[in-house]
Amino acid sequence: MAIVTESQRSVTRSEVHQAITRQKRHIPTIALGVALLVAVSFTLLTLFALLARIITQAIPALTEKGSGFLTDTIGSEAGKVGIWPGLFGSFGIGLGVLVIAVPLGVGAAIYLEEYAKQNALTRFVIVNIRNLAGVPAVIYGVLGLIIFVGWLKPVTNGGSVIAAALTLAILVLPVVIITSMEAIRAVPLGLRDAGYGIGASRWEVTRDHVIPYAMPGILTGTVLALARALGEAAPLIMIGAITGLLPETSLSGKFTAIPMLIYSWSGRPDSGDGSVGWSNAAAAAGLVLLVLVLAFNVVGILLRNHFEAKRVGS
Amino acid sequence: MNGLLAVADLRGDPRRRAHDRRMRRLLGGSALVTIVVSALILFVLARGTLDFLRSVGWDFGILRDSSKAPGWFPRRERFDLLTIFTGSVIMGMIAMLVAVPLGLGTAVYLSEFAPSKVRKVLKPIVEVLAGIPSVIVGYFALKFIAPNIVNPIFSPDQPRNMLVSGLAIGVLVVPIMASISEDALRAVPSSLREASYGIGARKSTTTIRIVLPAAVSGIVAAFIIATSRAIGETMVAAMAGGRDGSGPRTLNPLEPGLTMTAAMTNAAGGTDQVNSGAPFQVLFFVGLLLFMMTMTLNVIGDRFVQRVRQQY
Amino acid sequence: MSNETAGNLSVTAVPLISEVKERQMANEMSESPVFAVKDLSVKYGEFRAVRDVTLDIGEHQITAFIGPSGCGKTTVLRCLNRMNDFIDSAKVEGLVEYHGVDLYNSEVNPNEVRRRIGMVFQKPNPFPKSIFDNVAYGPRLVGGISKSDLNDLVEQSLRRAALWDEVKDRLKASALGLSGGQQQRLCIARCIAVQPDVILMDEPCSALDPIATARIEDLMQEIKKDYTIIIVTHNMQQAARVSDRTAFFTTEVNTESDRRTGVMVEFDLTQKIFSVPSDERTESYVTGRFG
Repeated sequence: MAIVTESQRSVTRSEVHQAITRQKRHIPTIALGVALLVAVSFTLLTLFALLARIITQAIPALTEKGSGFLTDTIGSEAGKVGIWPGLFGSFGIGLGVLVIAVPLGVGAAIYLEEYAKQNALTRFVIVNIRNLAGVPAVIYGVLGLIIFVGWLKPVTNGGSVIAAALTLAILVLPVVIITSMEAIRAVPLGLRDAGYGIGASRWEVTRDHVIPYAMPGILTGTVLALARALGEAAPLIMIGAITGLLPETSLSGKFTAIPMLIYSWSGRPDSGDGSVGWSNAAAAAGLVLLVLVLAFNVVGILLRNHFEAKRVGS
Repeated sequence: MNGLLAVADLRGDPRRRAHDRRMRRLLGGSALVTIVVSALILFVLARGTLDFLRSVGWDFGILRDSSKAPGWFPRRERFDLLTIFTGSVIMGMIAMLVAVPLGLGTAVYLSEFAPSKVRKVLKPIVEVLAGIPSVIVGYFALKFIAPNIVNPIFSPDQPRNMLVSGLAIGVLVVPIMASISEDALRAVPSSLREASYGIGARKSTTTIRIVLPAAVSGIVAAFIIATSRAIGETMVAAMAGGRDGSGPRTLNPLEPGLTMTAAMTNAAGGTDQVNSGAPFQVLFFVGLLLFMMTMTLNVIGDRFVQRVRQQY
Repeated sequence: MSNETAGNLSVTAVPLISEVKERQMANEMSESPVFAVKDLSVKYGEFRAVRDVTLDIGEHQITAFIGPSGCGKTTVLRCLNRMNDFIDSAKVEGLVEYHGVDLYNSEVNPNEVRRRIGMVFQKPNPFPKSIFDNVAYGPRLVGGISKSDLNDLVEQSLRRAALWDEVKDRLKASALGLSGGQQQRLCIARCIAVQPDVILMDEPCSALDPIATARIEDLMQEIKKDYTIIIVTHNMQQAARVSDRTAFFTTEVNTESDRRTGVMVEFDLTQKIFSVPSDERTESYVTGRFG
């Protein structure tokens, strides 16, 4: 059991050897190590159990339906449902986050980091953003229900994909702002000095130097925000997403999203005769959602690497 | 360039100047949106709460149902706050009983014990766990925790109960507990550890006596913020908690319960669906309470996080 | 100011060969200083970083600011092109006139000020772009320049910064691939490309090796006929080597708050500062007894 902290790594080999052999005999250290390993193993086991359960349950539904699972509409027979309306809704939500939350959030982050003076108002705005990041999703649902489904009905036509996209864009806005602020703060001051030193304006320095340098971090924030928005179900319940029949998908009509389908389907009873049941359909939808969320992460990492390579090479 | 200049010579290109001013306004506007969002949340919740109180005739007694079997039956105009409050607290407590040992243990392992190779693998796995949507954890609660763990051991009357839901909420907040605690532990300067090793202390002594106390604010922050998330968690509670408000303030985790969050989804689109009147408006009232509770926790937690930053 | 300088000159004990030339310079300067700084004080919040600085800076001269750490020399330098605007807590009092215009007049656009009064920083800070784009960045912002004119301007700027021969074959390569000294000369070229009048240099050689430092110093001598240069330096030999005039700053301990405030002790011809300074504090500093 090689237990070495970073601080110890610098000491010589013999000392490390001594430290390790001494630890082997020291019972409290062993006890603590075992306790920690148990905690870590439990965490890992939970994750693996979750993934295993989703995958094993999803397989029957996916083999039965094949690609039709993605392209068919929802219905009342577990063996025959697809998730097309859910995909459509989730796609709309993702798009809404990209076109609303990202520009707004990055803009706010730029303002707070590059323009705003360090005064009481700025501090209040930042504290407020941190609080917004901790507001439960269900409360954003209430906001969406009143503002986007109610007040803005002429625009959204009630509980539509547009209303859902707006609601979730607002929900992830603080995530986008906080991660973008961190990325912008990491831009070296010398880069700004360089721009200002030859007479560039604040916006020119921001556009030409700060944003490109902070781009990897901003993209990571965007990806996190997208993943979060795709997985949220509580606000969608609040604004009235549909889970029953939805023959047509449209931007302004009734809508659903993948998490809503998982929520609804996992509550329905299985027939118990061994055929594909609602748990299988729900697990299959869950697998699609997980793959989507993980794919976004991978895309984010690839984009980040691309930008970093470009920055160095140029 | 001998000689004098006039102020006008230093005004610069008016177009660049105007563009800069426009961008400043645009970006400042984006920052203001966040204030507007907060104001709207408060306004919507407060207005709905007023509507609710008006439609129950300002009868605050209704919030403390004193019948023999108190409970949360919005359609029968029985709003026993204590029932949903108990539900949230019991499930939150169970969640923290899971999240603290697992989250803190993972954090201590990652920060103090894990060789860097292990850390490189383990840390992203914890991040993956953090990214799993709550509705999937809800499914996991219903289709794994309930049938494979809770039922065989405790054989409760209902497969959906507060224990199942609480455990699953715990799984959901483990990564939050782990990542904030780990940040706090890693912020402890290595000189402190070296000082401890320098006087011959062992690893366990150093970790327990030196590192953990030094990181205590951050760990408290992790606990508070994770608690706030657990109380605000909606999907798992709605899917696996039983969503039943008839349990009269029950403290038995093996019975179904109703959290504040699940009561809100019930009122808006679930089993109690109605679109007007007190049974609907109560969701604003519960929302306002929930907002206050989580905000208080978040503000306190944030204070502790700031304290860590100042210390080191 | 100029009278006082002339007075000081006349009491110089050792007759200097270049005295006449320098006297001319001093006179020239008095006609129209590039900068006329009067009673300049800078506060960071409640903390007064530097106080009561008064000096005139002449055209086509190299002026050095020297002094121990914390004496406010960089702070004063950054007041001359309004770089202190970016520090929220900084408050500038007194008068900074540039060719007769108060730089802190509300009508003055700080970006235009910085275009005319360029700055080279302590650590070379090229943009993470190509060598060409680094130099072309400023002119492109100003706009209204054709592609061929831009190419000419970039070449001219790089030539002036004594970098052209080293980089002409790899203009499209990243500026970050250059050595530290080359990067710093690129920063000077980038600054020259927007056709400034003054170049402020904030310890431009402190991150460079002696050979690179010598090249920058030679470069300064070459370009001083076209630009007014103000350099902040820790290195007294450097100030003695390159500058025509030197301002010596030091710190004063504030009796109430026990915090240090920078003051300007003496401003005179460099030769005089290093040979027969009129203030003892200057003397003990330049002879290495403190600082």
